[in-house]
Order: sequence, then structure tokens, then C-alpha cells
Amino acid sequence: MNSGMLRQMRPTFFYALLGVIFMFAAPSVLQLFTIINLTTAIALAVLALSLALIWGYGGILCFGQVAFFGLGAYVYTISAINFGGSTWAILMSVLVTSAFAAALGYFIFYGRVSDVYLGVITLTVTLIFFSLIRRTSGPEYKIGNALLGGFNGVSSPPINLPWNPTSFLFPEQVFYVAMAALILCYVFVGWLVNTKFGRVCVAIRENELRAELLGYDTRLYKLGIFTIGAGIAAIGGVLFCNGVGRITPDVFNLYNAALTIIWVIVGGRGTLIGPIGATFALFYLTAALGGQSVLNNNLVLGVILIIFVLLVPKGVAPTIIDWVNARRKKAPTRARRRRGSRAEGSQ
Amino acid sequence: MDLVAAIGLQLAYVIANLALISLGLAIIFGMMRVINLAHGEFLMLGGYTVVVATNAGVNIWVAMLILAPLVVGIIGVIVERLLIRWLYGRMVDTLLATWGLSLLLVGLVTSIFGASTATTVAPPLGAIQIGTYSASGYELFLILITIVLLILVWLTLRFTKLGLLARGTMQNAEMASALGVSTSKIYMITFGLGAAVSGLAGGLLAPMTGVLPTIGATYIAKAFITVISGGSAILAGTTAGSILLGGLNGIFSFIVGSTFGEIALLLAAIILLRLMPRGITGRFFRKSL
Repeated sequence: MNSGMLRQMRPTFFYALLGVIFMFAAPSVLQLFTIINLTTAIALAVLALSLALIWGYGGILCFGQVAFFGLGAYVYTISAINFGGSTWAILMSVLVTSAFAAALGYFIFYGRVSDVYLGVITLTVTLIFFSLIRRTSGPEYKIGNALLGGFNGVSSPPINLPWNPTSFLFPEQVFYVAMAALILCYVFVGWLVNTKFGRVCVAIRENELRAELLGYDTRLYKLGIFTIGAGIAAIGGVLFCNGVGRITPDVFNLYNAALTIIWVIVGGRGTLIGPIGATFALFYLTAALGGQSVLNNNLVLGVILIIFVLLVPKGVAPTIIDWVNARRKKAPTRARRRRGSRAEGSQ
Repeated sequence: MDLVAAIGLQLAYVIANLALISLGLAIIFGMMRVINLAHGEFLMLGGYTVVVATNAGVNIWVAMLILAPLVVGIIGVIVERLLIRWLYGRMVDTLLATWGLSLLLVGLVTSIFGASTATTVAPPLGAIQIGTYSASGYELFLILITIVLLILVWLTLRFTKLGLLARGTMQNAEMASALGVSTSKIYMITFGLGAAVSGLAGGLLAPMTGVLPTIGATYIAKAFITVISGGSAILAGTTAGSILLGGLNGIFSFIVGSTFGEIALLLAAIILLRLMPRGITGRFFRKSL
């Protein structure tokens, strides 16, 4: 990691530090109920981060990121039940999900399926998962010792300390794990988009033909970033089924698929902290809406999505960054004195 | 012999069902390159129109064949004017905006009618006998009406002035517009017609499936896969996609059960797109409608 990259990643480290402070401060300030809720929100933020990577930086409009999220959760749950411990189950979850994404991605990218078709195919895969797992309610549908449970889903064994199946973690400890996972994933993705690999992916997003003429195998790069994104989504899935305690086919439904897209649109494509922030904001918005019955959740999310597509297509974080930059240009001397000659980071 | 006829009828129904739910989407996609993610909700609205109308005492045939397409067609025109026309040429944004619309419609219908099934309508035709097997008369009716609908769309596109203008706009919108065709009006009419066909399909299927605010989700995956596999030719694409995917679905459902029938449908579609990224009509029957 050279010094240029470190400078680029300065904002990433800044937000990661904020996250670490929050991680240690939150349990002593907040109540247990809030902490457990927060764990679920963190899991969803990891999902948003994975889509922010492959859509925001890779330019791959994947409507079915929840498919990888849900698949990760299901693989974790089923393997944890069969292995009697979570250590290998987590690994298994990430590997199986990435392998599935790689196989799907092979058909998509090597078939040169373009943006919009890609969205529709990934969405279809998600919905097929949904209708498929919903039907697995009979006792004949089981993998090893784990009954799939159809519509009711499977209850997930909690995470335990590595190689020690008897010492599983309590909800407040799962919060630490989730927060640490989010921070690590965030720093990893922040690093990845600044590597050569990440830069080529951004180049492909900007102009696929030109990148290809420069000699890059765009199909391979897209497949790579897609697979990595799926692996991160699987980590989110593992955290999610730990936060909620069970996994049901509902993760695969259209509402959740739309929600993931909305987080990234609202937060802003091409940033990482934007979608994470939007996830938390919308998580608490929908929780607040759940408490009243006048406005339906679907209705509100639909309106938010339409408004952002029509009026704020860039999303919140890039709009703020543009606004700050425009102000800085207006008052160059003052800004330069205050902010130094700091390079603009990706965040 | 009776068994073969019964299975053949069942297979024909699966294919017709697929063509029926996909046709409205195919019209909008083929003409305007707009992938309408609110397609499932147009079907749902057609179903609700039928249920509400029959509960109000309207004859079920009038409700299904006239009211459902009319109501949903008008909704389609309104949606096109308010939402879609700002986004022409921005395919991804259209996709996202129609997804927002889809959520909005689900939310709206849930707020008005509640989240559970509204009063169902009974299929208006009884069973028919094929030797020792009995088949649903209504399924037979649906197969026939799908064929009639496909022929009607073909006649409209091939022989009317509107069809000519629409095909011209589809081939080259700028040139059509330079020759004095109001492409904006053509788009509006096409979107309305596509919505009307979806509404008709939703209304016709309402007695078979019942209606729910979220029922669109059960149609949407199949409809998309059919249209995308079919490619951009409206009629040939829908027909070829439905026959191939519906045929596979029906055969696999018969051999190994309906769950695997749907997996077979999906796998076939993904492999098909790997081989023919532009769909069946991107490679074969290129000049067709």
C-alpha cells in the first residue's frame, strides 16, 4: 500500500474510526433491545455496502443482491445445524455464495448480457429462490439434519467462538461481531476500489468499450467484482440471521430486493458511506412507519424511489459532495487555507 | 389417447398462460425499450377491477373483457404522461422508476382493499370431459382467448394505420418524427395498449388465482424471463419464448413436480441467454413482428 493510496483512503479510515468509537460506546449508552435491532440494521448495511461496490463502482446493476444475502444466510444456518458450530459454517456460507455468484456471473458476463437484462435476470433468480424455498415445507425437504421449513424458515444457531461450539455469543456480543464485520468490510471495499483492480472496474463502468480496447478483459473484471460483492452480501446474510434468530424465504421477496436498490440510490452511487448511512436512516424510518397504519411501507418506499430517480438521481452523498466542492470553488482562498491541499478522496 | 389429449391440453394451457401474462410487457418493451417493472401490478389491478366490478353486480364477462383492460389502460396512459415520458432513453432510470411505481401501487391497493385476498370470483365455465379425464372449461377458454389476442395484436400491427406508425417509430423514432409522426403520442398509445393487455390478462386470470395486492410478484419473474428470452420482436418473441419455456416447464412439472418445473424454466432461460444474448428473435425470425 503506497502513500498515494493511503491519502486516497484517508476518509475511509476516518469513517472506520467513527465506527469503532460507536462500536465501543453504543452498548454502554443504548438499551439491549436497541442493540439487537441495531445488529439487524448493521447486517443490512453490509448488504448495502456490497451493492454499493458492484453497482456504484462496478457499474453492474444487480437487482438480486438479496439473493446472495439470503443464500448466505441459508447456507450458514444449514451448515451450522449440520456441523454443530458456526466456524466452518461462516466460511462455507461465503464460499458457496461466491461460487453460486461466479457461476451465475459466468453466464451473464460471458454471454455479454447488458445492464438492464442483467437486472431482470438477477431479479428473476431472486424470485425463483423465493417461490422455491416457500414450497419446501414438507419433512422430505431437508439438507442433512436441517429441515428447510418452507414458509416458516429455519431458526439459525447463534455464532460461537471459533472452534468452540459450546460457547456461543449473546446478543450484545453479536453486536460487536456485526459492527466489527461492517467496519472490516467497509475498509476492505474502500481499499479494493483504490487498487488497480478497483480502478479498472471503475474504468469499465465509465466506458466498457474503451477499457476493452486498452486490453483489459472486461468480462473477467466484472465477474471478479460481482463474485466479491456476493461474498460480502453473504457475510451480511450471516449477520442478519444471527440478529433476527431465524431465516425465512421472505428475505428473497420483491420488497427486500427493491429496498437494497433504494438504499444505494438514496445514499448515492459511487460512494460507500452514502448507502451505509441510507440503510440506517431508512431502517429507522420503516421501523417508525411500522408503528402507524395510515401510510403503507410500500407506498412510502415507492414514492421515495420515484422522487430520487426523477429529482435526485445522484443520491444524497454525491449531491452533498458536489455542493461542498462548488462552495469551495467559490471561495478558493479561504477553503485552501482551511483544508490544506488535501486530495479529494473517493468518499 | 385420452391421457395424451389431457396432457396436451395442460401443456397448451401452461404455454398460453405464459403468453398471456407476458404479452403486455412485450408490447411495451418491444415498442419502447422500456422494461416495465410495474407490469405485475398492472395485472394485479386488472384482477381487482374484475373483483370490484362483479361485486358491484356487473356481469363477469363484461368486467373481464371490457372493464379490466379499459381501467388499466387508462391508468397506463396516466402513468406514461406523469412518469415514463421524462425518462425515455434512460433505460436504467425507467426501470427504477417503474419499480418505485410498482411499490407505490402495491402500497396503494393494500391501503384501500387490505392485505389479504379480496372476495374471489368463481371461474364462469364448468369442467369438460375428455374420455375419462376432466379438464377445466375455463382453461380451454383462456387458451382460445390468448390465441385470439395474439392474432388481434398481429392484425393491428400489420394492417392498421396505427400499427404502421408504431412499427415505423419502433424502427427509427427520429426518422418517424422527421416525417411528421408524433412519436410522443405513439409512445403514449403504445404504453396504454400494453397496460390494457396486461389488465385484460390480470382480469382473465383473477378467477384462477384470486387477487392479492402482492400477486404481481408471482407473475413478474415468469413474464420477464419469457420476454427477455423471446427478444425484442413482440409477437414472434412472446410466442417463441412461451412455447419453449412453457413447454419445458410443463414437461418437467409433469415428470418431476411443479417446483422443479420452475427451476427448469429458469435454467433454460439462463442458458438460452448465454447462447443468444438478444433472445430467440435476436437470432431467428429477425424480420418478424
